[in-house]
Amino acid sequence: MIGFYTLFYKELLRFWKVSFQTILAPILSSLLYLLVFSHVLETRVQVYPGISYTSFLIPGLVIMAVLQNTFANSSSSLIQSKISGNLVFILLSPLSYLEIFLAYIGAAVVRGLLVGLGVYGVTMLLYDVPLRLPLWALLFAIAGSMLLGALGIIAGIWSEKFDQLAAFQNFIILPLTFLSGVFYSIHSLPSGWQYLSHLNPFFYIVDGLRYGFLGTSDISPYFSLGVVISCLIVISWLTVWMLKSGYKIRH
Amino acid sequence: MVAAIEIHQLYKRYGAFSALENINLSIYPGEFFALLGPNGAGKTTLISILAGLTLATSGHAKIMGHDVVSDYVNSRRNLGVVPQELVFDPFFTVREALIIQSGYYGIRKNETWIDEILHRLDLTAKADTNMRALSGGMKRRVLVAQALVHKPPVIILDEPTAGVDVELRQALWFFINQLNREGHTIVLTTHYLEEAEALCHRVAMLKQGKIVALDSIRNLINGIQGCSIQLRLSSETLPPILQEWPGSRHEGLHIFKIKDYFQVETLLAILRSEHIQVLEMQLQQPDLEEVFIKIMGAESSDVS
Repeated sequence: MIGFYTLFYKELLRFWKVSFQTILAPILSSLLYLLVFSHVLETRVQVYPGISYTSFLIPGLVIMAVLQNTFANSSSSLIQSKISGNLVFILLSPLSYLEIFLAYIGAAVVRGLLVGLGVYGVTMLLYDVPLRLPLWALLFAIAGSMLLGALGIIAGIWSEKFDQLAAFQNFIILPLTFLSGVFYSIHSLPSGWQYLSHLNPFFYIVDGLRYGFLGTSDISPYFSLGVVISCLIVISWLTVWMLKSGYKIRH
Repeated sequence: MVAAIEIHQLYKRYGAFSALENINLSIYPGEFFALLGPNGAGKTTLISILAGLTLATSGHAKIMGHDVVSDYVNSRRNLGVVPQELVFDPFFTVREALIIQSGYYGIRKNETWIDEILHRLDLTAKADTNMRALSGGMKRRVLVAQALVHKPPVIILDEPTAGVDVELRQALWFFINQLNREGHTIVLTTHYLEEAEALCHRVAMLKQGKIVALDSIRNLINGIQGCSIQLRLSSETLPPILQEWPGSRHEGLHIFKIKDYFQVETLLAILRSEHIQVLEMQLQQPDLEEVFIKIMGAESSDVS
């Protein structure tokens, strides 16, 4: 337990020491999205009856920030440790692969939630944001960030250069988060795109979180939760297997 | 008695390349042991397998009786490794790095011991300095400190003095020697053979992934017959009888190989009868370097 706790704490310290870049910067960029999009679309778009576009957009921006930052945390920590070679201190220690897995995920979730809370907190100052079912929102935020934290571990282990990690981030994570219904309801899409959106696991996280905020969503939150948990189990299993077998880190 | 390190029929292959071949080795508690060999002989691969950083293709290795794969938690608790590369975590100070490293081994409140290693490695003044701000030699010392936070009975140092200045090198050896006297088993690799000769009891020499010599340093050196005598003479040209004497010439010095000390007298008698004066004389004992060159130079070496 002490081993897990130490690695978890070290991972927290790592992002906390550079919190300007890891917490404040993503909060600011979410805020910029909000200002621009709500300014342009507030009077033109209404996704759900009786709910303003800004109220629709905010939960999406919150979860997008959460997902991107959990992924960034575990992946960049691992790739930095790999490239600078200091991962050896963890590999030499008796930490088990499960402890390593949980510590990296845990710290990533904490960072994701801090950023999410930050975005939510700042928007609360500017707009009237409802949070009807906070437990649902928290559930999706945690499950979603765990999923992205695990994906971050996979990307960090798999990548050998910053280049490859950036490709993973820009060509997989970024499109999946952008096209998950953060800015629009997928019901507004042509049927082909609607079908494709249903294949995107991030859509269920966004829709579920929006349910927690607004009490209404594109599909049933139970179904979304089922999809997210299933993805989480599969990806976690894959991550633990990679750590256990020493894939790309123990030769 | 449980061996500190026990290696049994260990192989490591990378595709067709064989990095380690049938390594069998026991190192006993309290030994000061050197792994020697040219670059690429497999020393670091062997250390990495013991540390769990690399997985063997086949065979077993144990640290204090604990298998490095199936019982890795206990084998790693018993082992401290100083890696060859100068690695560090730029987010932390020296003290933070040591506290974190202790935590990885399940140790809390390790301050007393951390203070002691900092003191003994002369790092106390740098304890609260960020790792990035340290010189190379300081970083090397922190690596040693990190390997010791959990007081491991077995310590492996992979070229700890590569690129380190003389003063620090001596300080490091003094410290490591102390650890050995306190009962720690020490295994090291080094390119400085005189260091190995001065410090270690036993050596294993690796060549192309195989152990080609494994013995005490004394036995290895004794295995080399005779010594050599180095002379500067009043005459550059040697009489015919001495031209046939086994030896060599190096920058005006004549080096004669002798099998025993009695031959010194024979040699000097010849010189006297030829009216050649001895200007300088030095007797050279065989050393580990000579053994090393002889073993590594051997065409087919199947000592193992």
